[in-house]
Amino acid sequence: MPTQLPEVDALGAHRGAAGRYCREMDYRFENPADVRTRLREVDYLSDEAIAGVVFLADRLGKPILVEGPAGTGKTQLAKSVAEILGARLIRLQCYEGLDESKALYEWNYKKQLLRIQAERNSDSSWEDIETDIFSDEFLLTRPLLEAIRAEDPVVLLIDEVDRVEVETEALLLEILSDYQVSIPELGTIEARQIPMVFLTSNNTRELSEALKRRCLFLHIDYPDMEREKEIVLTRLPEISDSLADQVARIVRSIRQLELKKSPSVSETLDWAKTLLLLGVDSVTEADAVETLNILLKYQSDIAKASKELQGDGGAKKPGVPRTS
Amino acid sequence: MTSTEATPSPMLELLSGFIVELRAAGLPVSLTENLDAMEAITHIPIEDRDAFKYALAATLVKNNSHWRAFETVFEVYFSLRGSEYSLSGGDDLPEITDDDEMPMNPDAGGAGSGGGGEAMSPEQMAEMLFQAMRQGDDAMMRALARQAVTRFAGMEPGRPVGGTYYLYRTLRNLDLDGVLERLMDEAQQESPSPLTPLEERLERDEFESRIDRMKKEIEAEIRRRLVADRGVEAMAKTLRKPLPEDVDFMHANREELVSLRKAIYPLTRKLAVRLARKRRHGRKGPLDFRATVRQSLSYGGVPADPRFRYPRPSKPEIFVVADISGSVAAFARFTLQLVYAISGQFSRVRSFVFIDGLDEVTQYFEGVEDISVAIHRVNTEADVVWVDGHSDYGHAFEVFWEKYGREVGPKTTVLILGDARNNYHASQSWTIKEMRKKARHVYWLNPEPKAYWDTGDSIVSDYGVHTDGVYECRNLRQLEKFVDILE
Repeated sequence: MPTQLPEVDALGAHRGAAGRYCREMDYRFENPADVRTRLREVDYLSDEAIAGVVFLADRLGKPILVEGPAGTGKTQLAKSVAEILGARLIRLQCYEGLDESKALYEWNYKKQLLRIQAERNSDSSWEDIETDIFSDEFLLTRPLLEAIRAEDPVVLLIDEVDRVEVETEALLLEILSDYQVSIPELGTIEARQIPMVFLTSNNTRELSEALKRRCLFLHIDYPDMEREKEIVLTRLPEISDSLADQVARIVRSIRQLELKKSPSVSETLDWAKTLLLLGVDSVTEADAVETLNILLKYQSDIAKASKELQGDGGAKKPGVPRTS
Repeated sequence: MTSTEATPSPMLELLSGFIVELRAAGLPVSLTENLDAMEAITHIPIEDRDAFKYALAATLVKNNSHWRAFETVFEVYFSLRGSEYSLSGGDDLPEITDDDEMPMNPDAGGAGSGGGGEAMSPEQMAEMLFQAMRQGDDAMMRALARQAVTRFAGMEPGRPVGGTYYLYRTLRNLDLDGVLERLMDEAQQESPSPLTPLEERLERDEFESRIDRMKKEIEAEIRRRLVADRGVEAMAKTLRKPLPEDVDFMHANREELVSLRKAIYPLTRKLAVRLARKRRHGRKGPLDFRATVRQSLSYGGVPADPRFRYPRPSKPEIFVVADISGSVAAFARFTLQLVYAISGQFSRVRSFVFIDGLDEVTQYFEGVEDISVAIHRVNTEADVVWVDGHSDYGHAFEVFWEKYGREVGPKTTVLILGDARNNYHASQSWTIKEMRKKARHVYWLNPEPKAYWDTGDSIVSDYGVHTDGVYECRNLRQLEKFVDILE
């Protein structure tokens, strides 16, 4: 049972304990609230769930699988965590057809070839050359191996993991559960530290059970109104409080409609920026309808939303009779 | 610092009961995840309920559509419990004295203190409710929810009534719709100029979200008391609901239909990606000579790594023939929605609906962005009644074969949707036989459980023998599995 906790009697007791502070390294965060405040310092507004899971990931030494609609700050979370930890961000962008040589490591065969040719005239034995060309010098590290071998603190981001085929997922399993990479010619390379690992997924396919089991799961949904308003205020300091409030309210209203693609946080920010540039300080229906194309990306969605915002869609909600 | 002492065993016991219930609700919780959860909670201060909840969620729930089920079970197992929720105390009201003490309004003077709830008249209570809603005051809403449940729900210990009954009774007495209208009226009057439609909408959204919050508070309150009365396990069992992918099409209630509708969109995206990938990876195209030669240069001219052209297999053409009479209508609706949502994966989709007559409805789906609009038109406009509006598969298939049989070709896959309850009419199963001779595949999807097939007036086997397969399709999970077969 792996519930035995590393006994950390005093924070930092193991820091600097020469070389090997592998499993018993000290924790990065005090408590979830600490995560939250520090993320806020780098302008990332988290909520309880996000902070809680990041905190746990650090404590349990497990990767986080972040899922959720596009544009809700999944990738940004990894970047922000790297920023507050002062860690280097190593990013592996997944795509269909990604393989070992792009994700883990590759032998630099051109250099190996040169080496062999250079040796041709001397009389070193076959074994000498073999041990030589399969050494560190000829190894091209790719993101996963790089994260494992890093001496400095790193955050590993495996972006859009749902894009790779199910079979390729298996590549990730060893590194995610044991933080090690096995190279047949070199042996097993173990991590010098347990990096924080983020995997993001847009859920275009079901990930394998094996992968999910190894990760903590975090679903980032659209933020609620208050948080969205705060995000707008943080990201666009020059915006007025009332406009930010109105923007957040209208976006919430639009998200309630049945749309092909609901506006994401980044689109809300773009919209707020546009309104600022246009010098709007209080959004009227006309303003909203004119600029809807920034929030929504499908013509049918735009039509539906503008109808609703202008009050034509009120049929389903019998409203109070309007005076005027 | 978090205490890392061994967890007290009652906690462990509760947790393992919790996990058993999660599994019973259909969530796939593995042993490692179970252990992870136990380790996770040792890092979390137990008194922080939210952190505790997220710690469990992160380790146990790996699929967002299972979140609701998780939340329900969590609320039952780890809700606030105490003597104040006990129903056996009879009619004396619980005191509102714990951490969320009622912030008193001057005009509602001391109504909640000292268990003197009765002192508050219904009018006063309505006024307080209105004020709480207007200010969006959470603490007051919680206190009011407690009061309202005590007063209106009429809960009695041991009474075998579900929570919805109590909820209904409480809500009826609170008249939240009336409160909403009053709030809107006041918003109208308070604003200096008449509200524009946009402003009105935003106000309404705000109030509605507050009212939703109030309803949730009331629900939680009722649940807490029921748990206190009946015990955790019994309560969890009553509240157990199927996951969206397991909801039976034929017996879905309104709430479940909504969850189905929400679940279907992500599902279609997934299926489209999967079908496209399968088509590409299923086989290789012809040898790409040029690319092979170019590749061979890195091996000193030896074509060690042959390259193939991108395969472009033909896409199938789909004919959907759906029974849209009463009980199977919901199934037809979801299947049509699904097929059209992934129509990009087929060269063409044509759809036909029938009861005892048959009509082509392809044109309703053409150029329509919103599939639900098209479905609505199908239900209202299609000409599907021939004699009496009772299903007659035989006649419908005859009409189909006569009118459209010629258009069925070797690239066509025919999907027939229905329960084959033919009201004892002639089966005319020869039409299906003929169809199969011409078509690439004929599949039958039946929304009824397999045990009911061929009972009563169901004659699914009469048709089934002539098809390439009859599939039970009672829920999204089974429908998803079937779509994988299509190609």
